[in-house]
Amino acid sequence: MNAEFPATEASSLVDTVFREEHGRLLASLVSRFGDLDLAEEVTSEAVEAALTHWPRQGVPDRPGAWLLTTARRKAVDRLRRDRTLALRVAVLQAELERTELVAPSSEVSDFPDERLQLFFTCAHPALPAEARGALTLRCLAGLTTLEVARAYLVPPAAMAQRIVRAKKKIREARIPFRVPASDELPARLPGVLQVIYSIFTEGYAASSGATLQRLDLADEAIRLAWILHRLMPAEREVTGLLALMLLIHARRDARTGPSEELILLQDQDRNLWDRELIDDGQRLVVQSLSGGPAGPYGVQAAIAALHDNADDFTTTDWPQIVALYGVLLALDPSPVVAMNRAIAIAMRDGAQAGLELLDELAAEPRLREYHPYAVARADLLARLGRRDEAETAYLRALRLAGTDPERNHIRRRLTAISTDVDEQ
Amino acid sequence: MKYMLLINAGAVDENGGAEGCAPEDWMVYDKEVREAGILVSGESLANLVTATTVRVSPEGERTVTDGPFAESREVLGGFYVLDVPNLDVALDWAARCPGARGSGSVVVRPIADFGA
Repeated sequence: MNAEFPATEASSLVDTVFREEHGRLLASLVSRFGDLDLAEEVTSEAVEAALTHWPRQGVPDRPGAWLLTTARRKAVDRLRRDRTLALRVAVLQAELERTELVAPSSEVSDFPDERLQLFFTCAHPALPAEARGALTLRCLAGLTTLEVARAYLVPPAAMAQRIVRAKKKIREARIPFRVPASDELPARLPGVLQVIYSIFTEGYAASSGATLQRLDLADEAIRLAWILHRLMPAEREVTGLLALMLLIHARRDARTGPSEELILLQDQDRNLWDRELIDDGQRLVVQSLSGGPAGPYGVQAAIAALHDNADDFTTTDWPQIVALYGVLLALDPSPVVAMNRAIAIAMRDGAQAGLELLDELAAEPRLREYHPYAVARADLLARLGRRDEAETAYLRALRLAGTDPERNHIRRRLTAISTDVDEQ
Repeated sequence: MKYMLLINAGAVDENGGAEGCAPEDWMVYDKEVREAGILVSGESLANLVTATTVRVSPEGERTVTDGPFAESREVLGGFYVLDVPNLDVALDWAARCPGARGSGSVVVRPIADFGA
């Protein structure tokens, strides 16, 4: 212990410890007390206590364990005030004293990691879909309700209500804190992965809006996926999702221009891509595709890896990408996957081949109002020199696009095709 | 903890069976919940056309009307009250209920505990 520890450093250490340990601390308390609200309250009380004590008495050797012990004592205190719980308190008190005797002054820094249970609880299918991501950020990433609200662009009061309602359902409908048995896992794990991926895409799709905050959200999703990957190293789809996000996130600095405009993959400055993330992602892709049939996240990650590997757009390994989209289509026969496969085929076999496939999909209800479909068709028509049809398709895409950066991007395409003609 | 399984059945045929399940399926399920020792109560409701509604006005006047008959294709056809440890177990039993098959569905509602 260092008695001279400066207050600012102690408080920044609390911050770091809090970020690192919050989810674990909370999960451990929830599993002990079975009450998410109580666990949250004592977690923040323990952090407050650290902020008062550490600057004066120095930072303990095992800050995480110190926080856990403090939080547990506070939980027992709170329960003791509730007389109806007297019996339960006696048991908990005895347990607390025993563990402190066995491991004096420290709760062993590697206290059991119960975060996996919390992941499954926050992503439980009995909770409304829009609450799952929020709850995961709140409980496992340790974001405040205000931060979660800002991230999802929802008024803080509405977000607070959403979180309160979800916690109330967990408590009153008694959603258990548990990891599903191995026979239930295939049904439940995709839900957890979906939550993490939707946090990521929420941050990603908006990198053109209120910038920084949302990139934080993508970082948070990656951090959560790393935790999940460490907790379930053998689950190949967890590895695949982590790889996918790293490989996409590696391009973040090249994705937007100086005025926040969207820059497509084909036009990005590949020197801006983050090699370190790409290397991590590629290592993980190999893991996620080894030892059994591939899952959809693993295949998508493999496609992203091929893009990240290419020197430029035209020399990308399109035959391989087309083959992977074929695999993906078998796993997830959705029109959007079929559309992406058609675009890859256009790169491999020429615009005409791609356009024919896209036109076959024209009747798909999910694509009729989907602006990327209209853009893809317009692009191929433009490449084939069918200028009038391309213009009609771009105008349709313009009507369907939802955000300004997307509309601006389509407008630039429109201008480009008319200039091309003028130049001829 | 007690949970009520509200069984919303689709169209019922003349033998009392609904889409995807026969009366024998119900008998098997009924036996299972009894033998698991979790059954608190359970009933099958008579045909919806027999439903009657009673209302009492602020003046104490009683009105009795026929119905109501839901517009939806699914109607409450019966219920089980089961005593199981948590929602996941209740959902497992709901999933095994014949009423959840075909166009039917089972709504799971925890029963309020007023600490009596």
